[in-house]
Amino acid sequence: MAKVVLKMEDDISTDIIYPGRFMATVLPSETPQFTFADNLEFNRQLVEGKVLKGSAIVAGYNFGSGSSREQAASTLEGHGLIVVARSFARIFLQNSINLGLRTIACPEIEAEVGDELELTGDRVLNKTTGMSFEVEPLPAARQAIVDAGGLIPYARRLLVSEAK
Amino acid sequence: MGMTVVEKILARATGVESVKVGEVVEPEVDLAMSHENAALVINQFLQVYEGTDLDPHVWDPDRIAIILDHRVPAESAKTATNQKKIRAFVQDEGIGKFHDIRGDQGGICHQILPENGYVRPGAVVVGTDSHTTSHGALGSLAFGVGATEMAAVWALGRVLNVEVPGTIKVVVDGTFQEGVGPKDLILHLVGKLTAQGANFKVLEYHGEAIQSMSTSGRLVICNMAVEAGATSGIIPSDDETLRYLSDEAGVEEAIEWVLPDIDAEYDREIFIDVAELSPQIACPHRVDNVRPISEESGRKIDQIVIGSCTNGRLDDLETAARTLKGKRIASGVRMLVFPATWRIYREALRQGFLMDLVEAGATIMNPGCGCCLGIHQGALGDGEVALSTTNRNFKGRMGNPEAEVYLCSPAVAAASAITGEIVDPRAGGF
Ligand code: SF4
Repeated sequence: MAKVVLKMEDDISTDIIYPGRFMATVLPSETPQFTFADNLEFNRQLVEGKVLKGSAIVAGYNFGSGSSREQAASTLEGHGLIVVARSFARIFLQNSINLGLRTIACPEIEAEVGDELELTGDRVLNKTTGMSFEVEPLPAARQAIVDAGGLIPYARRLLVSEAK
Repeated sequence: MGMTVVEKILARATGVESVKVGEVVEPEVDLAMSHENAALVINQFLQVYEGTDLDPHVWDPDRIAIILDHRVPAESAKTATNQKKIRAFVQDEGIGKFHDIRGDQGGICHQILPENGYVRPGAVVVGTDSHTTSHGALGSLAFGVGATEMAAVWALGRVLNVEVPGTIKVVVDGTFQEGVGPKDLILHLVGKLTAQGANFKVLEYHGEAIQSMSTSGRLVICNMAVEAGATSGIIPSDDETLRYLSDEAGVEEAIEWVLPDIDAEYDREIFIDVAELSPQIACPHRVDNVRPISEESGRKIDQIVIGSCTNGRLDDLETAARTLKGKRIASGVRMLVFPATWRIYREALRQGFLMDLVEAGATIMNPGCGCCLGIHQGALGDGEVALSTTNRNFKGRMGNPEAEVYLCSPAVAAASAITGEIVDPRAGGF
């Protein structure tokens, strides 16, 4: 079960998720302190550990638009957040898959802060409202990276097999 | 079935006859570009090798470009240390296309690549920067990737997960009015498409207004293709591509053109006649919040910014210098100018553009990303308004979520510097 802890509109840019002025910080392990840094209230809840791992952000279309900075994916992944959005921007989606951030493309999702979501493979069930929504499956090639545990182990496997 | 430019490039780069939209392919990479985030790429690259008994070495040091541009000279010890780490890696791996913080070679990556002849028609170019789309101006398929994706490219020489994008054909006809140009065109197009309208698609540009556009202008409209979500913008190569590569980028060898087939299949077609186009403004806090200048005229401005990978080229500086020569920037207004590269800076110095701008009251900053992304220099105060020739106006983009950023062309920015408020450069007197 994933509790919705933040609801966001369409076109949330990576500048909102991880403002550019913190980009000197690059290592995935260091980025979670700056998640939504300009949303002081939510950032404080995250940094103080008040948001449970496995909680969900629900967003509209084109989540993660803008810059290719993958800190935007690693910063959310570091808090164990899940993003359920109507759609995702291309580079952000690929970064999430590469870094193991769980993203769920759910074109009709409707949920409010506090709702409880049940995430099965192909549907999102909003337990609070009783509504259920279809999930867009990942293309097989992307799923393979998720299954490998991210792009690093996936690329490592290829590298080793090609070096032989 | 005929193919679009992107389909042709991906088919060649994967060694197959043809590819289909939606298919996932692993194209070989011709050029892999990074900037300061190479520090993260290096970290991820070494992790790929962890636990293997292989020596970590990049697949081809000649096909990697690293340009220090985002925070130059370093604004903090942390950045300086990252830059130092990058230099050491470049040295160890023998990476040739490295541009350090130097007046004889530095600048913003998206201008360094074209002006040094690193990009060719038909090439697959990836960069750890979303505005890598710029390089489609020279007929390549160029797109942004994350640092971990780049680490895999450095190790394997190919991109592992590329979904063949559909193509939107954008046909642009007509002749621009005086004071209106490529930046107005792309702002108009982004407004029309919306920030997600071209998600997972390529914009392929055609039409007489494109054919008669200089490479400088083409870089502008490909640079901002990503603001409509596009994977890339592509201009099919033509005589101007060849002229630019041989005359300005010093490329000597023969260049192969990659053109779309006549029966190529497009997702949709968009027609624009620029003869009717007026100067355009993208209003806070969205790039697709675009309005004709008449709706924003008179808005008071605190800071004017001319520069960046979008509009920091010689013709942009020339426009600004011509407008401001012998005039004064309105009192209370700060004008910051950052040429895209040191080559442009040197030429603007030689031609006297920088002198004209400084005498009018502008502050010339060093080439690099400057205040475009709010990391160092040129931050805005709470409640302040900037009018900028850069490409993004997201909340917080210029370092302060309490400030507002409007986007425009160099002609609008320069004219508005004189009045201190947004003004139509066609009004005359500039
Ligand atoms: S000038 Fe701005 S948009 Fe261009 S590469 Fe630098 S930060 Fe990115």
